[in-house]
Amino acid sequence: MTTRPFTLRNPTPMPGWGLSFGIMVTMLSVIVLMPMAVLLWRGFASFGAAEMWAVVNRPRVWSALALSFRAALVASLFNLIFGVLLAWVLVRYRFPGKRLIDAAVDLPFALPTAVAGIALTAIYAPNGVLGTPISEVFGVRVAYTEPGIWIALIFVGLPFVVRTVQPVIEEIDRETEEASATLGASRLRTLNHVVLPMLAPAALTGFALALARSVGEYGSVIFIAGNLPNVTEIAPLLIVIRLEEFDYDGAVAIAIAMLAISFTLLLAINLIQIWSRRRMGAV
Amino acid sequence: MTDTLTIPSRPRAFRPATTEPPVIRRVLIGVCLVVLTVLLFAPLIAVFDEALRQGWAFAIASLSESDAQSAIRLTLMVAAIVVPVNAAFGIAAAWAITKFDWRGKAWVITLIDLPFSVSPVVAGLLFVLMFGANSAVGAWLVASGFPIVSALPGIVLATLFITFPFVARELIPVMLEQGRAEEEAALTLGASGWRTFLTVTLPNIRWALLYGVLLCNARAMGEFGAVAVVSGKIRGQTTTMPLMIEMFYNEYLSVAAFTMAALLALLAFVTLTLKTALEWRYADQLAASHRH
Repeated sequence: MTTRPFTLRNPTPMPGWGLSFGIMVTMLSVIVLMPMAVLLWRGFASFGAAEMWAVVNRPRVWSALALSFRAALVASLFNLIFGVLLAWVLVRYRFPGKRLIDAAVDLPFALPTAVAGIALTAIYAPNGVLGTPISEVFGVRVAYTEPGIWIALIFVGLPFVVRTVQPVIEEIDRETEEASATLGASRLRTLNHVVLPMLAPAALTGFALALARSVGEYGSVIFIAGNLPNVTEIAPLLIVIRLEEFDYDGAVAIAIAMLAISFTLLLAINLIQIWSRRRMGAV
Repeated sequence: MTDTLTIPSRPRAFRPATTEPPVIRRVLIGVCLVVLTVLLFAPLIAVFDEALRQGWAFAIASLSESDAQSAIRLTLMVAAIVVPVNAAFGIAAAWAITKFDWRGKAWVITLIDLPFSVSPVVAGLLFVLMFGANSAVGAWLVASGFPIVSALPGIVLATLFITFPFVARELIPVMLEQGRAEEEAALTLGASGWRTFLTVTLPNIRWALLYGVLLCNARAMGEFGAVAVVSGKIRGQTTTMPLMIEMFYNEYLSVAAFTMAALLALLAFVTLTLKTALEWRYADQLAASHRH
């Protein structure tokens, strides 16, 4: 590229710059940036960092935040492992109904969360189709306890890892696996040392997307959670409760805490990803 | 040993070195099917089972109640506003991002994706803070008879926030892959900007656009958290279908709740069917988008 004087945009005969850029920037500002700025301004300028900390630093808030992030991590880890497995089965194996299954994986994207919430509750409630046998055999209750929250979050985050890993598996050159096999590696060793490292960056992307989605999830969780303060009360629900009490500052403080923690987590995952991509060479 | 080669009567089945043993394959397929049955199919069946617990007539009667009717109307209206606005934004953003070279593009793409990592409840809170009765702007809006929170505009804004990246995310990869050569050719031949867009670009991106619109519509009609916060949940006025489900459910009107849920589940069916049909039929025109 030759050196040019600083311009925002390289010259081109393509029309529609003003219109398209204008629409994009206006809508981005009005719908995303200004509201986010108002939240931060409300928190830091009008409420104050020290006051926010005082609101967040209470047992009920901490346990809600911890629950939200813990449950999201558990569910996303399950989805990470199961997602890679399901993607592998969908790409490599042939079995009847495969295309149907492949299409059904996206159900959580299409099914409203409130519908998923009441349906999962109906099934996993102590008198539900699956809740009854589970409590009889294992002696555990699923609905109205933390495992119920895991189930809802696993449902919500299910498609992410599958959909990011699937195309990578489709593109794997079988010759690499053959080479590994001719060099005497067992199938398990080939999978562990040749295939899995190739899937890692995509799997991590899916994990991050699932995590981001499930940390903030509200609709499917509140039905199945039981919503007991300090036990099964998730952070988004606590924001709703604060708003219902007209405690706007409290709601803002918890919202900012949630955003701060999830952006830190996503940043960390991004860094791991950059590291793993670099380790693999440019993928 | 004679010099004739003895052929074993039953040769061992040949298995390529790049597959797992059949037993393991079957076990893995089985595990996937069981997990998907327990997590995806069982809830779906449960929705219809619970809705029809007291028969078709009862279920349909619960939908013809006036609150249910107004919830359905409101949800359709919100989707009818949000989806076209979002599509227009998506097309504009994809055009600006893929047809021009400018500084800060990566930042703008990140900002467009931002709503994906914000909790729906926080999304609702944003608009309550901006336009709620406790803010200066909100108080003035309420006084001048144009309330945003606890009214249709608030629901629309919160839904727009939640669905913000859907269309843009589908279009950007597809338009990047298609490049600019076709548009440049049309312009060289004297076509106007709009004509170039309508006759060259739009036919190239129509399936990706439809794909994004489908997902956006599903989310717009099903959004719960953001709308729950911003709508004020006024029965018969600002209650969308997902909120109506919660209300019926909390009032122990199980059949009404699950019938409303079944209606949204049917919408999900239609969405998935169309989406899958698009993926099978026009995979080449979605390839970049469908799989991230």
